[in-house]
Amino acid sequence: MLAKRIIPCLDVTHGRVVKGVNFVELKDAGDPVEIARRYNEAGADELTFLDITASSDERDLILHIIEAVATEVFIPLTVGGGVREVGDVQRLLNAGADKVSINTSAVVNPQLVKDASDRYGSQCIVVAIDSKRVGDHWEVFTHGGRKATGLDAVEWAKKMESLGAGELLLTSMDRDGTKSGFDLELTRAISDAVDIPIIASGGVGNLQHLVDGVKEGRADAVLAASIFHFGEYGIDEAKKYMKQHGIEVRL
Amino acid sequence: MSVDIAVIDYGMGNLRSVSKAIEHVAPAANVVVTSDPAVIAEAGRVVFPGQGAAPDCMREIDARGLRQVIIDAAHSKPFLGICMGMQVLFEHSEEGDTACLGILPGTVQHFPHEAMVDAAGDKLKVPHMGWNNVHQAMPHPLWVGIEEGARFYFVHSYFVQPTTPDVIAGFSHYPFPFTCAVATGNIFAVQFHPEKSQNDGLTLLGNFVTWNPGASESACDMSGAACA
Repeated sequence: MLAKRIIPCLDVTHGRVVKGVNFVELKDAGDPVEIARRYNEAGADELTFLDITASSDERDLILHIIEAVATEVFIPLTVGGGVREVGDVQRLLNAGADKVSINTSAVVNPQLVKDASDRYGSQCIVVAIDSKRVGDHWEVFTHGGRKATGLDAVEWAKKMESLGAGELLLTSMDRDGTKSGFDLELTRAISDAVDIPIIASGGVGNLQHLVDGVKEGRADAVLAASIFHFGEYGIDEAKKYMKQHGIEVRL
Repeated sequence: MSVDIAVIDYGMGNLRSVSKAIEHVAPAANVVVTSDPAVIAEAGRVVFPGQGAAPDCMREIDARGLRQVIIDAAHSKPFLGICMGMQVLFEHSEEGDTACLGILPGTVQHFPHEAMVDAAGDKLKVPHMGWNNVHQAMPHPLWVGIEEGARFYFVHSYFVQPTTPDVIAGFSHYPFPFTCAVATGNIFAVQFHPEKSQNDGLTLLGNFVTWNPGASESACDMSGAACA
């Protein structure tokens, strides 16, 4: 039976992981390669790197990181942040990324999602959707949640599926950083609206939130950062908890 | 320096992870990613990966003049097909109504929309993406050291249906049983991605780089229960 996936997310800037990672005896808390290796050993099902580097002239640093990680970590690697054109997708795939996540650029230029999936296959194109509740629906935001688009999140998800996205990374901007759990209504609304897998993100504060994301939100995968980085919970601990609650996981 | 392992490059997706994983399990081997038919013909072993869509895949194979050398390699040396590199070994794919290489009898079909519901009645997503159990349908030197039911990483929307069930080496459930590994002679091919399946994937690749199809029976003798 297909397992639900747990995906730690690493924010990278200037070639370093920010927000720190609190593994026991980690020599360098900011070294992306060592952190990736540790998460791999701990049983992460995939890894996501989010490049939050502000200036474009430092973007090549993420390529070197992915090259180094792909040499020794043999699980799927997703990279997002600053992907603007098909050439960016190509560079990341060539460096060793298995999937590329497109966020703001999908809104600015939806054709990018179609062009990239036509060229490299839907399996490697993830569309990231940042969303906030506005009145009785959810709206898509871009630029790290600062800019409203007027787009309805559920309709947008369906459009991205039709243009060739192979997976959706759904982040609730209302919940992100709150540790109060996923926006389960949003997750379920989008998971029910499309046939492609959904990764739930934003708001995880404890292991029950991961269970709720799968059972109530019907997510196919759950992404979290801080609860793993700061050592509050281990990946193996999270998987055991999910299994105890009847969720199929890879142990 | 002679080429030990050729990874066939026909412009279909990222081959870096495949070549890196093989280098990891065979550090002394000369592993080359190539689209040169002469290099593929000379190589001791061939890995045939691939991502993307079947029509593009077949078009790119022919654009590079690789059809015959792939067929020859599949009949003459240890040959590992991965993902799309498994699907196009068969005769025909429903994806874009595409005629494939026809090395193995059978077809490639899409997961049927109406069947994609789990035991609890919930919708199953397509592509089939993530870690699923692989059940071993036959003893084989490439399964040695891998537990029955071990999980491998999948990402695909189409699956193979061999005409001859005796080539089925492994199957998974989504939600119905489908063939995820085939083996015959010197060919072994998998729908999942061993290069992305952590330790069990590396074990399978390690088995491939030392596999001697002509001596597979003696390999079974040495591995004992795994081939019983």
